[in-house]
Amino acid sequence: MKRLESGGSIRRDEELSFWYDGKRYTGFAGDTLASALLGAGVHVLGSSVSLGRPRGIMAARLEEATGFVQLVTPDATEPLVRASAVALYEGLVAESRIVRGYVEEREDSARFDKRYAHCDICVIGAGPAGLMAARVAVAAGARVVVVEADPAPGGALLRDDVTIAGTTGAAWVHSTWEALGSADDCRLLTDATVMTSLDHGGLMVLQRIGRQLAVRERGGLPEMRLWQIRARRTILATGMLERPIVFQDNDRPGIMLASAAREYLARYALAPEAGVVFTSTDDGYRTALAWHRAGARVAAVVDPRHQGGGALRDAVRACGVRCITGVVEGSGADAEGRLATVRVHTARGIETLRADVLAVSGGYEPASLLHTERKGRTRYDAWWAAAVPDVPLPGEGIAGGVRGVASLAACLADGARAAVEALGVLGLAIAPMETPVVDEVSESEPAQLWRVPAPDGDESRSFVDLHRDATVAGVSRAVNAGATHIEHIKRYTLIGTGVEQGRAAKTNSGVLAAVLTGRDVSAVGTSGGRPPVEPMLFAALAGRASRERFVPVRTTGIHPSHEALSAVFEPAGQWLRPSRYPRPGETVAGTVGRECRAVRYSVGLMDASTLGKIDVRGPDATWFLEQLYVNGIGSIPVGKGRYSAMCRMDGSLLDDGLVLRLEENRYFVTASTGHAAAVVDWMEEWLQTEWPERRVWVTPVTEQFATVAIVGPRAREVMTVLAPGIDLSRGAFPFLAIRHGTVAGMEGAMVARVSFSGELAFEVSVPWDRGQTLWAAAMSAGSPWRITPYGLDALQVLRMEKGYIIIGQDTEATTTPYDAGLGWMVSKKKAFVGKRSLARPAMLRPDRAQLVGFVTEDPEVVLPEGAGLVREVHEPPMVIEGHVSSTAYSATLGRSLGLALVRGGRARLGERLFAPVEHGVIPVMLVDPVHVDPEGKKRDGWEDTDR
Amino acid sequence: MLQITCPWCGPRDEPEFHYGGEGMPLPPDSTDAEWAAVLYQRPNPAGRTNERWVHWAGCRQWMHVVRDTLTHDIHEVRPVRQPDDFGSPA
Ligand SMILES: [Zn+2]
Repeated sequence: MKRLESGGSIRRDEELSFWYDGKRYTGFAGDTLASALLGAGVHVLGSSVSLGRPRGIMAARLEEATGFVQLVTPDATEPLVRASAVALYEGLVAESRIVRGYVEEREDSARFDKRYAHCDICVIGAGPAGLMAARVAVAAGARVVVVEADPAPGGALLRDDVTIAGTTGAAWVHSTWEALGSADDCRLLTDATVMTSLDHGGLMVLQRIGRQLAVRERGGLPEMRLWQIRARRTILATGMLERPIVFQDNDRPGIMLASAAREYLARYALAPEAGVVFTSTDDGYRTALAWHRAGARVAAVVDPRHQGGGALRDAVRACGVRCITGVVEGSGADAEGRLATVRVHTARGIETLRADVLAVSGGYEPASLLHTERKGRTRYDAWWAAAVPDVPLPGEGIAGGVRGVASLAACLADGARAAVEALGVLGLAIAPMETPVVDEVSESEPAQLWRVPAPDGDESRSFVDLHRDATVAGVSRAVNAGATHIEHIKRYTLIGTGVEQGRAAKTNSGVLAAVLTGRDVSAVGTSGGRPPVEPMLFAALAGRASRERFVPVRTTGIHPSHEALSAVFEPAGQWLRPSRYPRPGETVAGTVGRECRAVRYSVGLMDASTLGKIDVRGPDATWFLEQLYVNGIGSIPVGKGRYSAMCRMDGSLLDDGLVLRLEENRYFVTASTGHAAAVVDWMEEWLQTEWPERRVWVTPVTEQFATVAIVGPRAREVMTVLAPGIDLSRGAFPFLAIRHGTVAGMEGAMVARVSFSGELAFEVSVPWDRGQTLWAAAMSAGSPWRITPYGLDALQVLRMEKGYIIIGQDTEATTTPYDAGLGWMVSKKKAFVGKRSLARPAMLRPDRAQLVGFVTEDPEVVLPEGAGLVREVHEPPMVIEGHVSSTAYSATLGRSLGLALVRGGRARLGERLFAPVEHGVIPVMLVDPVHVDPEGKKRDGWEDTDR
Repeated sequence: MLQITCPWCGPRDEPEFHYGGEGMPLPPDSTDAEWAAVLYQRPNPAGRTNERWVHWAGCRQWMHVVRDTLTHDIHEVRPVRQPDDFGSPA
């Protein structure tokens, strides 16, 4: 192919440089990368996936199977980009990667945005039908969005020589587009592909913005923009795709679809040195005519039909172009691998023609993926020999070529009809509008030719799917291996599994399968397509929701104090919490051991603000909590709390926490950090759906209160300094009691005597923004006892020493309170959610997975959480008796500790099991989970008299 | 992506909602097998289905939704709570 001296819609006064595989070339503004490469003489783009055969551009639109590149920008790199979908820009860099792209290791700084839009009517495709539909809809005052995948609107009108409303197709497109653009409420999106159509008028549209611009023009524009459009009605006007014909060596660069050859001429002034057309439809003759009129040499038009071609064939003949009745059955290449010769088989014998471009037309079929991906119905159409969308989906209109409408005049009329129908449903007044007059020739019936047998019988070079290197021989092998269903053939041959979903191969492979299995073409069908229509970057889907914006990171009001103490942080749910507070030169074990010792022998403090807090109040609050918690709630006196748990309907543990009764009808409920939102949801669900008549109000207040736990045998001394007005003595302030008073000068602080370590502990809650004040006051008040901040690492050791469990870590989705060793809290007297299920025989089986403690025989070995436990070690598979749920190393006890869910575990204390792990087999002994202070003496601390 | 018309907020995108499962009656007296069916078996019918949804990222209200599982047509949305059910904490 070569660039003509004149013609096309490229702007020749604006030359653009681009680089392909490190070599510099030039093209023009208005080129795509595909046309620029062809214009620059780059015909071989790369080599095929398994056979390594040279491949080039074979289409101008979605049919493309081989014209893919790796696009490289300073900000990002994008694999498998269709060269014909990239508008050329100054400085474009692309690499030869036609079937396999790569992902850059470096951080990609490109920006991707999202936008949302609502409209009455979304028209998909700006060809003749779509433009007409948009005109009618806009004239009726509808809010309209038009989405066009190509950089320019017009569709087939950009390539075909037609007269419409007394002017050229391109001129009509231009004036129509201008009129739409100046309408009040019409949004026009070009370079935008509807990637998928969703229910209820939802459309996901990817618009290429910055990617289509030279670097210096990008400014603050995003690389791409993902539109989520919600349309009351959609009009699918995506037109048709052309299909190739399969013959031997049909994959050479220079062999392209006839419509593509016409498009490269009309838009980009690219013509063959010598062209041949091979067509089974009248449409192919349009390419020959266009070439001839542009001054290019047309060696011949080859048509299998004896009487085919009609008026278009007559026109071609009148130009003196040879028309041959016959087929193309092979091709030859030059040294580079480009097409050089075409082998034509006629009734009189074989003839070899010299050609650098062979334009092939095997007919057209609807570009209907957006309809079929949602199981939209199709019918088999004998004229097109293809499945054509039949009954529209709810909210969908279908117009023009995608509905099998053939002529330009009929497409324009069909677009108007679809718009009128949509407006009628929307109840919008319709302005009368005439369809423009069109001058066109009618076409004769296409031949149904999909494949020409190889002259030498070697079908291993007759390509069905050029992207996947799948051949006629491959399909035969699949059929011989017993694959008859088209989906089985797809998986055997990989036809249609490439990034372009084998659009150009679908019908041909279906027909081939039908022929090889002796069935009717309409009965075999084609393999379904999937969203997205074209490959898209995950980055485009993510938009700005990446890295630190992927999930919001929540920090407590005391966070700056932790940072000042050089804390190491870890995520806990959405929160960032301190793991530990290392001192210079300290090992991890050293830090954790020091923090644990402080809590066990003096005093520590911890930021417990992330603990879920829920305010439950109302006249029915007690009744309501009785329904949700497994133990008695009504018997909790005002000013005290109770450790409790809730079950799901099936009796499994949902969460545990404290129920603190602040007033007769007001409770302060705590939930695990990670379950806080789920517990609120759970409460709301029951309240709204089962007991709407109950007067209860549930309010999440986690972020309202900063909470600091002061923990250890010296906690009372520290609290005495902080809250001199509160009687903290054992008798006046017993375990699980709540007091309100002034703490660190803050009035109305709440103090609760609760503990997750077994030590004497006071949890002080103040308004969220006073957290740092409280923390600083506690640090200062505790300094005589060397008060020590501790993090989640130490907490893990402390709670493990006491055998306290964490729901969700030490329990599974089926673990009941009985399994977890919490059976003591389950009320026998009252009804609660989960009670019916807990009575089921299956829930009471002795061999259920039950939570037990274990110790490793070697006290220094800490097992990984999740490790399996077996009774006998042998070659896998082994019978798994249970698994390790939590482990920690207790410096206090000088040994490693663990919790595990073990089948029938509680009856097996003292049994020896084995944990086969990466570095060997670790023997363990099942034990009671409580290791420290089983009598619970320490939780009240020392009274003065004890010392 | 569905569009669900919340009785309180109007038409909103599906991501604002959480699915609450098929509406299932809770039999007060049941055999173990019947109760197990309530817990673990979902009829998942093809066609019109009574479902519960909650406008989780909106007004946080629950609603009954009649949805066709084949076409995704939403035939009806009813609030679970009536305006009378709301009041102020006493
Ligand atoms: Zn709502």
